[in-house]
Amino acid sequence: MVFFRVLDPGVFTTMQDEGRPGHAHLGVPRSGALDQESYRLANRLVGNRSGATALETTMRGPRLLWDAQQFEDVSEPVWVAVTGAPVPVRINGRPAAFAAAVRLLPGEVLEIGTAVAGLRSYVAVSGGFVNKSPLRSGSTDVLSGLGPPALAVGHELPVGPAAPIPSIEFVVPTGVFHQPVLDLIPGPRADWFTPEALMLLARTAWQVSPTSNRVGLRLEGPALERVRFGELPSEGMMTGSVQVPGNGRPVLFLNDHPVTGGYPVIGVVTRASLDRAAQAAPGTTLRFRLRTALR
Amino acid sequence: MVVMARWTARRAGENGYLVDVPDADPAQLADGVRGLCQERGIGLVEVVPGMSTVLIVFQDPRAVQIETLLAEVDAAPASGEVGTLTIDVQYDGPDLAEVAALTGLAEQQVIDLHTQTEFRAAFSGFAPGFAYLTGVPQQLRVPRRPDPRPVVPAGSVALADEFTAVYPKRLPGGWQLIGTTQQPLWIMRRNPPAVIRPGMTVRFRQVG
Repeated sequence: MVFFRVLDPGVFTTMQDEGRPGHAHLGVPRSGALDQESYRLANRLVGNRSGATALETTMRGPRLLWDAQQFEDVSEPVWVAVTGAPVPVRINGRPAAFAAAVRLLPGEVLEIGTAVAGLRSYVAVSGGFVNKSPLRSGSTDVLSGLGPPALAVGHELPVGPAAPIPSIEFVVPTGVFHQPVLDLIPGPRADWFTPEALMLLARTAWQVSPTSNRVGLRLEGPALERVRFGELPSEGMMTGSVQVPGNGRPVLFLNDHPVTGGYPVIGVVTRASLDRAAQAAPGTTLRFRLRTALR
Repeated sequence: MVVMARWTARRAGENGYLVDVPDADPAQLADGVRGLCQERGIGLVEVVPGMSTVLIVFQDPRAVQIETLLAEVDAAPASGEVGTLTIDVQYDGPDLAEVAALTGLAEQQVIDLHTQTEFRAAFSGFAPGFAYLTGVPQQLRVPRRPDPRPVVPAGSVALADEFTAVYPKRLPGGWQLIGTTQQPLWIMRRNPPAVIRPGMTVRFRQVG
């Protein structure tokens, strides 16, 4: 097996894929890459099947040694692609392309720097990262503990057999917004709040708190007031739910969110908006735009 | 003919509906929804029972008329697959005395009530395989601990408010711990890995 060796894990780097949907009723969060569009693009660029495991970085990415020179039969280079939050990519210190398949020779070091905008970049390798896949997903779920641990110095990251690299000359990288606007469909518990609360949610420039993580974005701003008090019997939670705990400060649930909860959800953001939310670094200002659901 | 749906649904985002289930078992309705959608070839992402709701997440909500679906679906009778489970418990939990004090019962009376009651797995949450069991008799209802423990060992059998549960793995927790079981509740190589699943009947048996 050929593998990358982790020289520096970066701030917080995990393995991610499409997650493990279909198990929420057993207490298992979906997990998976938070910015699915960027994750998919990374896999496409290196010719991987959809669903292959890639790395998700946070703020500053890892330094990885392509540790293949000890194998006589492996003189092949490996191809990697970095997408998502735009970030300097270097191979043995030399600048390499972002959002393109770049070639790495045995013994070379891939370095993913600090994001110049956004928060999370995706690193796909031709052949995909191979790891244990509880419930058919190799994603690290920070809430439930399923999946491999976050990268640490010295970890070996095995890589699977590669498919041919597609000849893509140029792609438009997925966007990262400095002040993202998220589409939100009110409900299912909007009636637990004052009518003003929904307007306030839509009017406010919310600031992403540094306590945010893959479970959710904590948003700093005015308190959203309720008209119904008491406890909501625990109910299933959508990814993208804007849940409002007792202090009135909303939390936007990302992929590793608890599957059931007892605080009312004032609205749920759309799938495409979740990709934007994934790139909202602490301190980012974000807004909600009210939408009605298609049917 | 006008078919009145027995249940009403609220929109939950682009592809979800939250169904209010005031008068039936949400876990059984969830099974009914799964069965009907499989029959009709309707793609599901999740069907998540709650305490008195079912969250249904569709692959493509445009392919579904939710009112029609809810008019046709029935809460499936408890199927054999779901079944009954008996869990062997050593009632040696660090909070057993506290629970006895809070309820005004003797420790053995707490154990007797807990082992004589048939509980139902209502829904899951908190951690993989963590099922909230309902049916706790009034006399056995105790509040959560004011100071949650940073570590509750795997297999801990616990009480809190209207629920009892078994911790499937080492977790933080504020529930009152009355016993421990050696039975694993999350077995990764099994499909599904959760030993207690919503809709199941669960009994506890004193051992040791």
